[in-house]
Amino acid sequence: MAGAGLLGRVRAIRVLLDPVQMALLLVLLTILVVFILYPLLQVLAVAFTADGRVSLIHLRNFFARPLFREALAASLLSGVLAVVFGSLVGLPLAYFSVRFQFRGRLLLQTLGILPLVIPPFVGAVAFQQVLGRSGMVNLLLQEHFGVTIPFMEGLAGVVLVQTLHYFPFIMLNTAAALANLDPSLEEMAQNMGCHGFRLFRRVTLPLVLPGYVAGALLVFIRVVDDLGTPLMLNYTKLLAPQAYLRITTVGLNDVDGYVICVIMVVLSLLALWGARRYLSLGEYATVQRGTTGASLARPVRGWRLLLVWVVSGSLLALALLPHLGIAVLSFARIWSFSVLPVQWTAGNYGEILFRTPHFVKNTLLYSLLAAGIDVLLGAAIAFLLVRGKVVGRSVLDAIATMPLAIPGVVLAVGYLRVFHGWDFPGLGQPLTASWLILVVAYSMRRLPYTVRACDAAMRQIHASLEEAAMNLGSNRRRTFFKVTFPLMLGGLVAGGLIAFITSSVELSSTIMLVPRMEMGPLAYGIYIYMQSAVGRGPGAALGVVAILLVLAGTVALNRIFSRGTGTAFKL
Amino acid sequence: MGSQPFAAKAAEVRIEGVSKRFGETWAVREVTLRIGRGEFFTFLGPSGCGKTTLLRIVAGFAVPDAGEVCFDEERVTDLPPWRRNAGMVFQSYALWPHLSVQENVAFGLRERRLPAAEIRERVVAALALVGLAGMERRRPSQLSGGQQQRVALARTLVVEPRVLLLDEPLSNLDAKLREQMGHELTRIQRELGITTIYVTHDQEEALGLSGRIAVMDGGRIVQEGTPQEVYHRPARRFVAEFVGVSNVFPGTVREASPGRLVAEVPGIGLLEASPDHAALPQPGAPVLLSVRPEAMTLWGPEEKPAGKNAARGMVRASTFQGASVEYEVLLEGGRPVRVSTATPKGQRPFPPGATVTVCFDPADVILIPPEAR
Ligand SMILES: Nc1ncnc2c1ncn2[C@@H]1O[C@H](COP(=O)(O)OP(=O)(O)O)[C@@H](O)[C@H]1O
Ligand SMILES: [Mg+2]
Repeated sequence: MAGAGLLGRVRAIRVLLDPVQMALLLVLLTILVVFILYPLLQVLAVAFTADGRVSLIHLRNFFARPLFREALAASLLSGVLAVVFGSLVGLPLAYFSVRFQFRGRLLLQTLGILPLVIPPFVGAVAFQQVLGRSGMVNLLLQEHFGVTIPFMEGLAGVVLVQTLHYFPFIMLNTAAALANLDPSLEEMAQNMGCHGFRLFRRVTLPLVLPGYVAGALLVFIRVVDDLGTPLMLNYTKLLAPQAYLRITTVGLNDVDGYVICVIMVVLSLLALWGARRYLSLGEYATVQRGTTGASLARPVRGWRLLLVWVVSGSLLALALLPHLGIAVLSFARIWSFSVLPVQWTAGNYGEILFRTPHFVKNTLLYSLLAAGIDVLLGAAIAFLLVRGKVVGRSVLDAIATMPLAIPGVVLAVGYLRVFHGWDFPGLGQPLTASWLILVVAYSMRRLPYTVRACDAAMRQIHASLEEAAMNLGSNRRRTFFKVTFPLMLGGLVAGGLIAFITSSVELSSTIMLVPRMEMGPLAYGIYIYMQSAVGRGPGAALGVVAILLVLAGTVALNRIFSRGTGTAFKL
Repeated sequence: MGSQPFAAKAAEVRIEGVSKRFGETWAVREVTLRIGRGEFFTFLGPSGCGKTTLLRIVAGFAVPDAGEVCFDEERVTDLPPWRRNAGMVFQSYALWPHLSVQENVAFGLRERRLPAAEIRERVVAALALVGLAGMERRRPSQLSGGQQQRVALARTLVVEPRVLLLDEPLSNLDAKLREQMGHELTRIQRELGITTIYVTHDQEEALGLSGRIAVMDGGRIVQEGTPQEVYHRPARRFVAEFVGVSNVFPGTVREASPGRLVAEVPGIGLLEASPDHAALPQPGAPVLLSVRPEAMTLWGPEEKPAGKNAARGMVRASTFQGASVEYEVLLEGGRPVRVSTATPKGQRPFPPGATVTVCFDPADVILIPPEAR
């Protein structure tokens, strides 16, 4: 008996050390450690050592500086405010779009995602044109009432732009949770005598909470990470711009920049940690098969319908202002101190298509490469996570998920620290001197999403499908290419598209990592153009291109996979 | 409250001419039923025949396009679900995942604004009734399927509903557990004397548990009666074939007198039946004769017991099932029949290929009235 037990254990160990899977695991781990874990650890190391010893002195210095304390408070505040205001906008829209039947519901569901297709820093410019000190609205106010309202001044402007850009995260995640809610859970409550607002408070709300929290968490993390908006609005008393300014002006060896990075990571982690309890609840309340799919959407009429229309109409109008503003600006020759442009032109498009075509070309190149890398890595990681048996898979999962909590600025700082000043093997120059650094940054930042998409696709393929193929005489490799891969294709393309869409408008890490002007992608181009008054037209034209790119990707995503709008933007 | 924890104020349920349509499909069509106080009544029918829809109309989740629903003398057709006090147990149990067992069961009592002490007492009693004492703190996800089912039942019973509505409550349980829960359900139902409407597509369940059954097909009630009536006197070919297994022979009446009917069945010849109906079909009229497999016996090729219907055929397949042997026999006229015989002691069953005589008593031939269209 003991012999058999020993044999069994040896066999079990052999499975855990399967050489092919082990090799794959090692390759993946190396990549993830080099490009995610190690740079992050370097940032930590710099922040926590002084004179070669572990020390908290830099941290203490951080809190001793009023500017930094203010930046921390402002970052926290902007995150919280964006969540609060984003909830005020997103929650009613989510409820309307799922629970009410009315004319315009589809429009609401479709338009609700549009704010996300405009990069926030592009939106910032557009808001300046419309709501800024000498923007459309204030000029009209000045003309007719002799007053102006400082919508865009200071932190208020940043929060306004971020709220209207990020609220769809809350709307989409909440709407998905609502739509997935098993109707019998609410019917049962009615059956027990509960209805109206009590029903909402006692049953609906607690069950939708995980979805809502996921959305709110995304908003908070993105807002803290957002570098483009504050830079565009010239409000730098926030963590991300402070880190950026320290590193770019004081230098790569300025310790304060690293400490700020650590603080940002801690903020993200705290948010994740606080939300953890709710996120794990998410799975239970979804529709069970076999229930009569009674749709809980009910028709609204009369004053309620009017209310729904007015509320969703005005919120959407506000959220779509930047799209309008940027479109107008892109055709403007001169647009300052006037309600509408004085002169119109198509020349801005000529400029970006013929004089600086590299911005668009670079974006396509980098984003496609990053998407490709993500699909490969995502598929391999998902394969090991779902089908693999080797030890160490959970480490892989943990590292691949980390970028969710690593702000773009932090990753960029880590890369500069690690890859600066030495020739990368096989490249003949430092990695940071090559445009490849951007591709690496994009692919690592989006990896968690692709891993999730591939993982989900992989889990839907029952192992018996593969076993059936092997049983019929197909070997491992043929089985993979004939059965597994075709079945996974949907998930792979979805993951790739998500990576492509989000990479094409990535700014936080881009600004810090672009080695030379002509290697900059679209987002960088917009940033550069927007620095000068004459550049605003071409900058806006690039913005329109960015919007169209993201829109096309999003439409493709929804067309191909019909998973409902906003798959790319759900946690 | 008395000694019973729940003095269910059972109601009589009347469904009068109820119809419900979804787009082009009629889910429920002109259904009229009277379900007595304290009765265990079952809607039985294949999937998609409208059972759930009818139950949801009684619960108030769906409003009928036509017809009325009454609890005792009260017309409830337009009452919203939360004002009906009709307790439902969903097929999926619909336990709230964010609440503990205790909170799930207490939910309806809190809605009724009962004092906290009474709520606690009644929750304990309800959980004891379904055999789950001591599970108060658990979350639904920490319970097995059978336990979840019991919590769902306790949660519904604890509010003392006027009628208990069960939608395929056993369908998510495995076979052993299903039987056990079925017994328990009837015990609790009898103990409480609560009017119960039970929905199932499983004829064994329906026959075993119910006081009366309504067999549904395409949104209509095709037969209503006790399990015995439905099984032994199917009103239609559909009922004969859906409730249990039947061999159905279409034929033409040749002779008809009280207690004796002879019909000619193509490919078999003359078959005799001894109907006890008053309404006999006329000679020349088409009839359907139905015979249950267990009413048939098999004999050697040359044997023919007196006074029985007999037809020769060949065994195509036989399956040993322990207490019985199931045969598929191809009659000489080309018609296959299913035969179920008690396992003969010390004898081997007829092997496939054997020529046999299939016999059955005229008293076991069920006359199915011609379809009313
Ligand atoms: N909410 C609904 N919308 C559209 N059709 C429905 C709906 N509910 C039920 N039906 C249809 O009504 C018929 C009866 O359904 P149901 O009552 O669920 O049957 P059963 O419970 O007997 O399986 C089916 O054809 C079903 O497709
Ligand atoms: Mg049903």
